[in-house]
Amino acid sequence: MTVSSSRMRDAVARFSESAADQGLADVTYTTMDSPIGPLLLAATDRGVVRIHFEEEEWVLDELARRVSPRVLRSPRRLDPARRQLDEYFAGRRRSFSIPLDRRLIGQFGERVLARTERIPFGSVAAYNDVAWDIGAPRAARAVGNALGANPIPVVIPCHRVLRTGGSLGGYGGGLDRKRYLLQLEGALPTAG
Amino acid sequence: MTDVRRRRPGTGLPPFQHLLDLYCADVLRFLTRRVGPLAADDCFQETWLAALRAYPSLRDAENLRGWLLTIARNKATDAERAAARRPLVVETLPETAGPERELDDGELMGAVAGLPGKQRRAVELRFVEDRDYPGIAAAMSTSEAAARRNVHEGIKKLRRHRP
Repeated sequence: MTVSSSRMRDAVARFSESAADQGLADVTYTTMDSPIGPLLLAATDRGVVRIHFEEEEWVLDELARRVSPRVLRSPRRLDPARRQLDEYFAGRRRSFSIPLDRRLIGQFGERVLARTERIPFGSVAAYNDVAWDIGAPRAARAVGNALGANPIPVVIPCHRVLRTGGSLGGYGGGLDRKRYLLQLEGALPTAG
Repeated sequence: MTDVRRRRPGTGLPPFQHLLDLYCADVLRFLTRRVGPLAADDCFQETWLAALRAYPSLRDAENLRGWLLTIARNKATDAERAAARRPLVVETLPETAGPERELDDGELMGAVAGLPGKQRRAVELRFVEDRDYPGIAAAMSTSEAAARRNVHEGIKKLRRHRP
């Protein structure tokens, strides 16, 4: 017996909705398009827990392992984040006001990222400055690693940290994306 | 019960969405065949909700398809039984069991629990976890022939148990 694909889609959509209603989906995720490519957004009942460039299997595996295996595709909990990101990419938003679930951030990472969140839209800081400010002046490299491990990029603006002297340094999502975000914020001159 | 189930519950399980993507068609097809397209949709919902509810406490990521189909089978049986009962509810007649009645889940579980240890474990591995005989042999550290014998003897005893 064959089952039509529209019937299948309806059944799956209905299930995902009831699962979310009944609080059974510990992690929900969705994808959205953006000028820097598709973004994967994932949230728990506490808030956005993960943003990743591209939907990749290993990101979902990691969420299953580190948060809960009850990971389901469902856009609902992510609507506010998606809306604010759309506004940000459209140049109509300079800061985010969405609850975040910071459980994937380690202790040192938390110090680094909390400092990074205080760098305003349109500004940048150097790895060395961040290291100095969190009381670990010799840990610029560790700061770089912590920024690279930022589980919630764009919303936690790790792209605003550069090398002393202004060269871009590194970025988890690749330097093209970092450049794009900094140009969007007016922190880097747009090329051409 | 501790033989193959040493892992901490929930560890190493794939994201639940993965199961849904892989097996939703199998489950819906199975249910449609068992209870017809109308009842299948409701059974499908109940199957996946029950699976999601139980998922984090699952200790074994092997044969998730068999696990899901076992849940689907139970939901289908519940639906068939509910459908058979429905007219009786209106007339408030006491329900009487026919001579060819099958064991319900509770009775079956009771009967399985009453089997000698090795047979019980072998029957569970075969029919609850959907393992093949080499799998049962490995899980119980026996030969494949012994695994077959344990399952066979277990089923024979269960048959005698039929109401």
